[in-house]
Parts: sequence; structure tokens; C-alpha cells
Amino acid sequence: MTAAPRPARWPARSRAPRQAPRPGVAGAVVAAVFLGLLAVAAVTPALFTPIDPLETRVLEALRAPSLAHPFGTDQTGRDVFARVVHGARYSLGIGVIATTVAMAIGLVVGTTAGLAPRHVDGAISRVIDVLMSFPEFLLALLVIAILGPGTTSLVIAISVAAVPVYARIARVQTFTVRRSGYVRAAQILGVSTTRSVLRHVVPNTLGPLLVMATIGFGTAIASAAGLSFLGLGARPPTPEWGLILSEGRNFLATAWWIAVFPGLIVTATVISASVLGQHLRARGAGRAA
Amino acid sequence: MSEGPPRGRLAEPVRFLLARLGGLVLVVWGAATAGFVALTLIPGDPVDAMLGVQAQVSEQVRQQIRVDWGLDEPPLVRYGQYLGRLVTGDLGQSYQLRQDVSTVIGGQLPATLQLTLLAMVMALLLAVLAALSARGRRSTRLVSLLELGAVSSPTFWTGLVLITLFVFQLGWFPIAETGSLRALVLPALALALPVAGIISQVLRHGLDAASTRPFATTARARGVSPSRLLGRHTLRHAAADSVTLVGYLVGSLLGGAVLVETVFARPGLGRVTLRAIIDRDLPVVLGIIVLAAVTFGVINLIVDALYRWIDPRMRVTGGTA
Repeated sequence: MTAAPRPARWPARSRAPRQAPRPGVAGAVVAAVFLGLLAVAAVTPALFTPIDPLETRVLEALRAPSLAHPFGTDQTGRDVFARVVHGARYSLGIGVIATTVAMAIGLVVGTTAGLAPRHVDGAISRVIDVLMSFPEFLLALLVIAILGPGTTSLVIAISVAAVPVYARIARVQTFTVRRSGYVRAAQILGVSTTRSVLRHVVPNTLGPLLVMATIGFGTAIASAAGLSFLGLGARPPTPEWGLILSEGRNFLATAWWIAVFPGLIVTATVISASVLGQHLRARGAGRAA
Repeated sequence: MSEGPPRGRLAEPVRFLLARLGGLVLVVWGAATAGFVALTLIPGDPVDAMLGVQAQVSEQVRQQIRVDWGLDEPPLVRYGQYLGRLVTGDLGQSYQLRQDVSTVIGGQLPATLQLTLLAMVMALLLAVLAALSARGRRSTRLVSLLELGAVSSPTFWTGLVLITLFVFQLGWFPIAETGSLRALVLPALALALPVAGIISQVLRHGLDAASTRPFATTARARGVSPSRLLGRHTLRHAAADSVTLVGYLVGSLLGGAVLVETVFARPGLGRVTLRAIIDRDLPVVLGIIVLAAVTFGVINLIVDALYRWIDPRMRVTGGTA
């Protein structure tokens, strides 16, 4: 009897699951080191390159990559490597601020939903579900459409777009912790709700949120680069990664390096964040994430 | 989210459909309202956006423009009028182009649809190919690395690399051409790659899970060959799982289309969206927000209906939008 195939049930609705390869420890270490180097570049770019990212040298325009200019030079003779190194401050800064804000709002919204009466929780959850069915980039684009272009709107847009993910994790985690034995015991002993939320629920939610934030950080940077590429974020001559790419777009025929190298760094950043996040999750730091 | 055991006979298809249509209307209304409120609260005079920055126009003319566009009415009245027009499918007039918003958007829709449809087909083919070629330990590792690369590379960068490689270095494709199918290949590929990566991941996961289930063991014991087992049984299971991803993927494609159209200088919704954002053409912005909400609502409805049809266990009222 060949029964009709009954589909397995993986209601993987919502955001795309990212079960990338389970990276080994080596991969996670490489990823962490790369992100660490970027962080150093963001704080003290002079450590990596003595060249000024805004200095134009028309005589050295459009030079192919060499020892003096590892990533070549652009149409006005600016060193692309220096621009990428200095750009880390803008791109990483946007990523860190947007992710932190999104996580904070998500924590508040999610915890509120988890503690609130059923109908309030239901309303919040439905809004979260609807927002989660939009990919972050599209959501950020729509927010920017309302706010208008600019770096501030960019940060707000990326934060808003990321909130639903964190809110959902915080809500689930709140439910789990609230029903656990020790919180019930604390309540029986007369610990107030506020206190048990602050002492138990929030700290237990932070772990999974931070794991998610590691991955979300990469997504945020990619979205920021994309929106800046479209001319909706940072303004020239800021060495923001997406902006460098969009300037390189006009010189693909003669100078591919202007666009290719900064993009490679963006990709490497996204991969590193993702690999590191997967590793942390696999280690159990984020059980509910 | 919570699909418990079926609760009696609550879940008749009609009831399901009505409930979901109601939900759809609610989502579209919510998006339109949120957009309207936000655009009303944002500082800045729409008349400035219409005239351009450098325009020197007397206050009298400005007032006339406000009256002409109905901008002198209180916000609540304008909101009422806006909703009234929305119900009849009228999205209003573009500030910049002096055309109906629906004409502006509708005119560019075919170009974007072509691009996203071809990208969807490419993504599915690539994903099935990748998922099926991951058989051994080594090939699985390689495929999963490729997936990670595809998912993590920004769409616009992939597009630029494809142009560099295939247009300028190899010369396989023309430089500036937008009409032909040939010109559609590279943009669609750039759009398809990240989506293919996601589908492939889900598909492989589904194949792994399906191959350990009792029906697969039984089939193997019956002497069904590995390729037949894959083609007739496990792949079907895995494909059913991927259905749930459709809504997300359409979103990725539409968001990505904005970037890809810019990279390849193609006409389409992306260009309309960008122009509207930069020129502060608020009616068009609102129109795009409403269009996005309708698209997602409809797609999620179709996906849920499909899923109910494929998996009877899902036939419970409720579920998520």
C-alpha cells in the first residue's frame, strides 16, 4: 500500500531559518578574529593604513591593486583600502547602534507581551507576525520611504525592521521563565512581579537575544550598505561601504576593484557574524533563539 | 503558530477563507493608516516637495496649490477621504508626475514581475540542483559553504561582480540593453542567488529529516532504489516544507529587485520607489506601502491555503497572518 505522502510538519513559517553548516570551532575563531580586526579598524583606523581616505591624488587615479594600494585607487586617486578601513567606523557603527536599539525595544515589547493579559499579548503577537513576514530589507526600505533619506533615518529604519525578531524571542523566553519552578517558588515566597521580572525574566532573555543580535548585526550591516548604495543613507564623500560600492559602479569596465573589494568585506562581515552566531547558538548560549 | 489538535468541526474552508480575508483587509488598512499617520506627522511641507527646493513662489500660489490638492483640510478629513478613495482602488495622484499613482506603479509592474519570476525559477532550479548534489560528506560541506556565501553576499554586490565578470571581462552579455530576454539573465541571477541559498538550506534540512522517517526506512526495506526513494518520497516531503517559505522569498525578491534594478539600470518598481523616496512624492510612497501590504497579505493567504490543502493537520482555524 503506497499511501499518499504525508508531508512532514516543520511549520518553519516566518523568517527564513538559517541552518547554515554547523561551523567548527576553527570557523568561529576565524570569524571572531575578523570581526575583532574590524572593530579595531573602526576605533583606530590609522593602525591599518597611514593614508587619508579623503585625500585625492588625480595623478594616481584608477590604479590597479598593488603593494602601495592593496585595493587599488578610485577615480580621484583615493586609496580604496584606506576608504574601506575608515568606512568600518560608519558601517560597524550603524550596525551596532541599530542592533542595540532594536534589541532594547524588542526586549521591552516582547517581555510586555509575555506578561500582559491574553488579548494584549494576542494583539502584539499579531503585529509581530505580520511584520515578520516582511524581509528586513524591504521593511527598512518602507520605513525610509516614510522618513526620507539620511543617515539618521537609515539607523531608525534598520532598527525598526529588526525589532520583530527580538520581540518574538523575548516573548517566548518570558513565557518559559515565568512558568519555571524557581520563579513560581519566588512568587510563593512573596517576591513582587516587578522584581521577579527584573531579576529572572530579563537576565534569562538576554542570552538568546545576544546570540540573535550577533547574526542580526551582519544583516543590519548588509541592509545599511544596500540602502546607502541606493543613495538613501550616508552622503558622499563619507567612506561608507555601500557608498564606495555605488561610486565604483560607474567604473566597472576599467576599475573593477573599487566595487569588488568593499563588497568582499561586507560579505565577509555578514558571513563572520552568521558563523559566530551559529556557533554561540550551537553551544547552547541561546536555547530559545 | 499554535496548531494544536483539531477543535471539532470549526475549521470549514469557507470560515477559514472569510477569517483570513478579514485579516487581509485589516492588515492593508493597518499599513495604509500607519503610512498615512507617519507621513502626516513627518515635518516638511508637501508643497515644497511638489515645487522643488529652489522654487520662489508667493504664499498665495502655495495656498492655491494646497486648496487644489485638498491639503488645507484637517488631517482627519483627509484621512477619511483617503480611505474612501482607497476602497474604490484609487491611490491618488503623484505630486511629481501629475499622473494617477496606480498608473505610475502599474506601468512599471511588468518589468519587475518579469525579473522576479525568472529569478524565482532560477532560484528553484539552483536550489534543487544544489540540494540534490549534496550527497556525501565532502559535497555536503561544499554545498553548505556555497549556500552560506550566496545567502551572505549582498545582492547589489553580486550584481556588480556578475557585470564585471560576464559583461566586461568575458563579454558574454551586452553592456546596455534592457529589452531582451538575454539582458534579463544576469539581473535575475543576481536576484536568484541569495534566495537559492535559503531554499537549498531548507530543502536539504527537509531531505535529511524525511530520510530518517519510518516511511523512508520501509521503502528502503522494500528494495526501492535510492534515486526512486528521493524522487517519489523524500523530495516531496521536503518540497512541502519549502512552501511555507514562499511568502518570505517573494519579499526577498521584491526588496532585492529595488537593488538589482539600480545596479543594472533597469526600469521597474525599484526605480519608481527610489524616485518617490528621494523626491518625497508622498502619494506614490503610500501607494507602494499599500501595494506591499496587499501583495504580502494575498501571498500569505495563498500559502496558508496551500498548506492546509497539502497537510490536513493544519486544518485548524487560526494560524498566523
